[in-house]
Amino acid sequence: MFHIFCPHCGEYREEEEFHAKGEAHIARPLDPDACRDEEWGEFLYFRTNPRGIHHELWVHAAGCRKFFNITRNTQTYEILEVYKLGEMPSVVAE
Amino acid sequence: MSQKNRLQDGGRIDRSKPLTFTFNGDSYQGYAGDTLASALIANGIDVIGRSFKYSRPRGFVAAGAEEPNAVVQLGATEATQIPNVRATQQSLYQGLVAASTNGWPSVETDFMGLVGKLGGKMMPPGFYYKTFMFPQSMWPTYESYIRKAAGLGRASKEKDVDRYDKMNQHTDVLIVGAGPAGLMAALSAARGGARVILADEQNEFGGSLLSSKETIDGKPAMDWVAEVVAELNQFDDVMMLPNSQVNGYHDHNFLTIQQHCTDQFADRAPNGAVAQRLHRVRAKWVVLATGAHERPLVFGNNDVPGCMQASAVSTYINRFSVVPGNELVLMTSNDGAYQTAIDWHDAGRHVVAIVDARKNPQGSLIDAARERGISIMVGSGVIEVQGSKRVTGVSVAPLNDVGDKVTGAIAKLKADTVASSGGWSPVIHLSCHTGARPVWDDEAIGFLPGPTVQKQLTAGAINGVFTTHAALSQGLQAGADALAHLGLEATDSSVPTTEDVTQGKAMALFHIPHNKPTSKAPKQFVDYQNDVTAAGIELACREGFESIEHVKRYTAMGFGTDQGKLGNINGMAIAAKALQKSIPETGTTIFRPNYTPVTFGAIAGRDCGELFDPKRFTAMHAWHVARGAKFEDVGQWKRPWYFPKDNETMQQALNRECLATRESVGILDASTLGKIDIQGKDAREFLGRVYTNAWAKLAVGKCRYGLMCGEDGMVFDDGVTSCLGEHHFLMTTTTGGAAHVLEWLELYHQTEWPEMEVYFTSVTDHWSTMTISGPNSRKLLEKLTDYDVSKDHFAYMDWKPMTVAGVPARVFRISFTGELSFEINVQANYGMHVWNALFEAGEEFNLTPYGTETMHILRAEKGFIIAGQDTDGSVHPFDLGMPWAVAMKKPFSFIGKRGMQREDCVRADRKQLVGLKTIDPNVVLPEGAQGVFDPKAPIPMPMVGHVTSSYWSACLGRSIAMGFVKGGHDKIGEKVYYPLADGRVVEAEICQPVFLDPKGERQHV
Amino acid sequence: MSETNQETLEQPPIKLVMNQLPDANVPFESPLHHVELTKIAEHSGSQGGVVFRELSLGLLTLRCTPNAEQAASIEGILGVALPSNPLTSITSANGELTVMWISPDEWLLQVPQDKAFELESRFFAEVSGHVSLVNVSGGMTVFELSGNDVVKVLKKSTPIDFHDSEFPVGKVVSSIFAKSGATICRTSEQTYQLVVRRSFADYLWLWLQDASKEYGLTVMG
Repeated sequence: MFHIFCPHCGEYREEEEFHAKGEAHIARPLDPDACRDEEWGEFLYFRTNPRGIHHELWVHAAGCRKFFNITRNTQTYEILEVYKLGEMPSVVAE
Repeated sequence: MSQKNRLQDGGRIDRSKPLTFTFNGDSYQGYAGDTLASALIANGIDVIGRSFKYSRPRGFVAAGAEEPNAVVQLGATEATQIPNVRATQQSLYQGLVAASTNGWPSVETDFMGLVGKLGGKMMPPGFYYKTFMFPQSMWPTYESYIRKAAGLGRASKEKDVDRYDKMNQHTDVLIVGAGPAGLMAALSAARGGARVILADEQNEFGGSLLSSKETIDGKPAMDWVAEVVAELNQFDDVMMLPNSQVNGYHDHNFLTIQQHCTDQFADRAPNGAVAQRLHRVRAKWVVLATGAHERPLVFGNNDVPGCMQASAVSTYINRFSVVPGNELVLMTSNDGAYQTAIDWHDAGRHVVAIVDARKNPQGSLIDAARERGISIMVGSGVIEVQGSKRVTGVSVAPLNDVGDKVTGAIAKLKADTVASSGGWSPVIHLSCHTGARPVWDDEAIGFLPGPTVQKQLTAGAINGVFTTHAALSQGLQAGADALAHLGLEATDSSVPTTEDVTQGKAMALFHIPHNKPTSKAPKQFVDYQNDVTAAGIELACREGFESIEHVKRYTAMGFGTDQGKLGNINGMAIAAKALQKSIPETGTTIFRPNYTPVTFGAIAGRDCGELFDPKRFTAMHAWHVARGAKFEDVGQWKRPWYFPKDNETMQQALNRECLATRESVGILDASTLGKIDIQGKDAREFLGRVYTNAWAKLAVGKCRYGLMCGEDGMVFDDGVTSCLGEHHFLMTTTTGGAAHVLEWLELYHQTEWPEMEVYFTSVTDHWSTMTISGPNSRKLLEKLTDYDVSKDHFAYMDWKPMTVAGVPARVFRISFTGELSFEINVQANYGMHVWNALFEAGEEFNLTPYGTETMHILRAEKGFIIAGQDTDGSVHPFDLGMPWAVAMKKPFSFIGKRGMQREDCVRADRKQLVGLKTIDPNVVLPEGAQGVFDPKAPIPMPMVGHVTSSYWSACLGRSIAMGFVKGGHDKIGEKVYYPLADGRVVEAEICQPVFLDPKGERQHV
Repeated sequence: MSETNQETLEQPPIKLVMNQLPDANVPFESPLHHVELTKIAEHSGSQGGVVFRELSLGLLTLRCTPNAEQAASIEGILGVALPSNPLTSITSANGELTVMWISPDEWLLQVPQDKAFELESRFFAEVSGHVSLVNVSGGMTVFELSGNDVVKVLKKSTPIDFHDSEFPVGKVVSSIFAKSGATICRTSEQTYQLVVRRSFADYLWLWLQDASKEYGLTVMG
């Protein structure tokens, strides 16, 4: 059970208020029609699944309904930072 | 039987409050303040159960949570049965009824005991798998027999009458354990102004002090405890939880505490009261002051009742005023356990001998024992005991310096009790729950909590320091550290004074050697609960299991409900010796939640019965119930399924509802459909991106059907969206998909297209939606509105604002049945009024309520899909035969466009949705049936697609179905076969999936 | 029915604001109508640790990221500024209007039922630019809980911290409530409002009765 700081509500809330939405920073290609099948498959299905630092998209589903990003260590489950959409993480894997 | 082992005075029991209880059908007496275990020992009960595998008689070993044997079934009535209760942790109450869980047909005469005795050597580790697995067909028979014989306790056959509950808690500091360390930490944190929760598994705070004769600040230790508890009670922000086991330590300092509220005092909770409460705690800081468990030594026949932890013997004497025998032999590797012999002697019973494995023990406790004239045999060990249901004697032999060989002649002594101590194992379980690996400490001769990322502090014996002074000073420090982390200031507190005795060095000893090899010696038990022996562990190592995790799984060591609290360290030491490694090299297994078994009641809380899952109702629900509707679950909604009249069967009701709708008018409560209000100047463009079809030109007042796909091109939802204003739309979604669709829209708006000016607001619950459908629906509506609803003024796929039965409404002329239909939407607070008015006005038209099943049939007759029934996440709009719902030429590459053009999505032989007409019109295909082109093909036949929707159509007088068929769109008129489980093969013709009114004339009238 | 925009149907209104209130003789049925709270209240003791009543209010969801001009016109209509601090609420001086922060671009407005349409109409007429105001009066209801044991019942139901230091009067949060959700606002020392969805009202009513059982529940009609 994670304890997650919602950057919009400005306080910690329980994990059950949130939905995890997978890896963060997976941008939709600007011109999907120009993508080859492999490129589209890459966008649709392939994720890094790292051991260690991971950037994730979450939504405060039962709260403010805003999406935001979390940097989390997938081994220790520590949440190292949260940041709003459009911002970049300050904690990154080496 | 009288309480023959009870002392005349002393202890923390109340002799003025005798309590009567029942064990295995016999009645006994104990006192308030007793545990079930102390009361049974007072009454001279030696055998509490039978062992799991060998079915050997077993007695009490410990006095706390670590007890492996005294696991009983509790409950005076069938409805109050609780399995897996440790008698050592259960407070005695008037009328308590307990029974052994192991032992069939009875504890005293046990059938399995024969197998155990005969089969001693025949039952090595893996015995059940090796022996009973073949022939495999017999396993279920063996299993039920073994299970019954093993007797792991049982759940009640009746509904639990007690109430259980959960509560969420937040605190600055959660302190686990209210012994000297925990109490001091709590006092320090509370004085500094922190919010504190102090939880302890026992019914009284004090921990080790409860059974100690020590003094603190010159007073009896429990007087000091009483003062601390009184002070803590003064703080508003301190929550004191006795009888509360902290059972799990999870990520980010989330812990669960099982509080026994009334089940420590009564078989059944008083009316309204909660029997057990699960506290879900989020703590800024956690202080683990969980203490240590004494490690018994491993020797021959060490499971015979009468063999106990030394400290447990002292606890029974000092706290409960019960001496668990008459003739004591104490075996030890350390000074501390001498206190047990002293306590025994001071209680007026005979200490036969202290057997110390060390050659030359020195210290004040040893002197105290000598002063009492107790005989001390140094450099020796108890290599085995005699007896079966109780110890009758012991064999003592001299040992070499390291304690792994018998070096001389064996002496036999008479005794009925063997107390042993191999030192103390810190209770590190909770620290392991979050993944920390324990660290071996040579000084403490035990594992200590490993490095952790949790905001966790530790104090006292968990750190391998075993004096009261150390516990108090570490507790004070932990409290101060927590305050510092919280930005609070510690007040001046000093460590209370104690008179700790100096102790000599302990010896690292786990397994007492026998004069015979381990494999030939009497059984030396390591894990009592799973009957794991030293010989079994050595065998596992010989058979090639080198990793401690493998040894554990092969022998089942630590797999019991006690998780090997007593046995694991001994087992690892034995494995290490067998593998010729050190204990840290061998490694350790880690403990997982929960620390002790938790009742299902506490886990479920009040999420059971009516409250198990929310039931969502529309504003007309009470009417449906009164009308006798059968309900169907759609998500959490309760939707009317059909409305049987008199003694109608379901099919009869459906036939009547279908015909009434097509011939006159029917009504459906469609309020559960998801509805999303969409506003903003970019709303129209946004719709164009999330739906597959075109929205640029939808005029105000018009409605349009749309398909929603994922980026993979697969359909996940559909519905009608209406243009309320140039920048204002009302989207409808499937009932089950509403929440997902709203989150989907927000996802794309917030992450991909934040520049678009559009807002989404759920209005699902706000509107009551009632659909009147059928040729007389217009006549019905006309009776309730002044608005002109004629064909010329209110066209198909338009919506109009009007007043219906006095209530402002939005009416949508859309149809899911193929009939003339009006979907009336009013604010839900007035839905029931309009519904009633429709029935009043509809009487002359035989207005017939119908449910989801008739809706499904009517739409299937028209070939309309239901997302989630005719789609399964693997079909795109072209598979569904709906190219008209895809606008490939839209300027923006809408969601799903690229996906549905992937190579695999444009294959000609994809499974495609078609209509299916059985050759025999009376046969209704089962939904889910798999089709084949050649029913004579060898098995496994190539499957070509399944039936998604199938019904009896009363309107058509035949069965109809829809389903997927490979390349089906090009196979209209061809045959497909459905071999069924009962051997029948149903032949069907592939057709267009529109069975009724293919030109759509009925809905356009 | 009345509409602010009286254009003919041949030329439909650009943005339709609809007065959803019916003729006077049409009965109002709250989401807990079927429970007959008034009857329960007659038999419910007055000594309960928890006191329950259902409030029937006009509720509107406002979505906006107000610029200065919008903020001024909204304040002009409401008489109070939108609370921009997360998790805060504000009530107008006459107590008729409460605005609860839901999200950085979302507020819940509570007004008397017969004021919802007026508010919608004024927003439509006076606030320019990107704004959405949606009447959700039928989709939600308001449970008011008070009493000495009210916080214990809340702690059974939601993982929010209700300690005075964390949850002062006026604070508002949206969270899980039992197996549903609620927007929870502390309206006075010992009074909390739960704004819940209509379809879950019956479930939550069952839940609250059960959760209050050990403290005693007083129902107000």
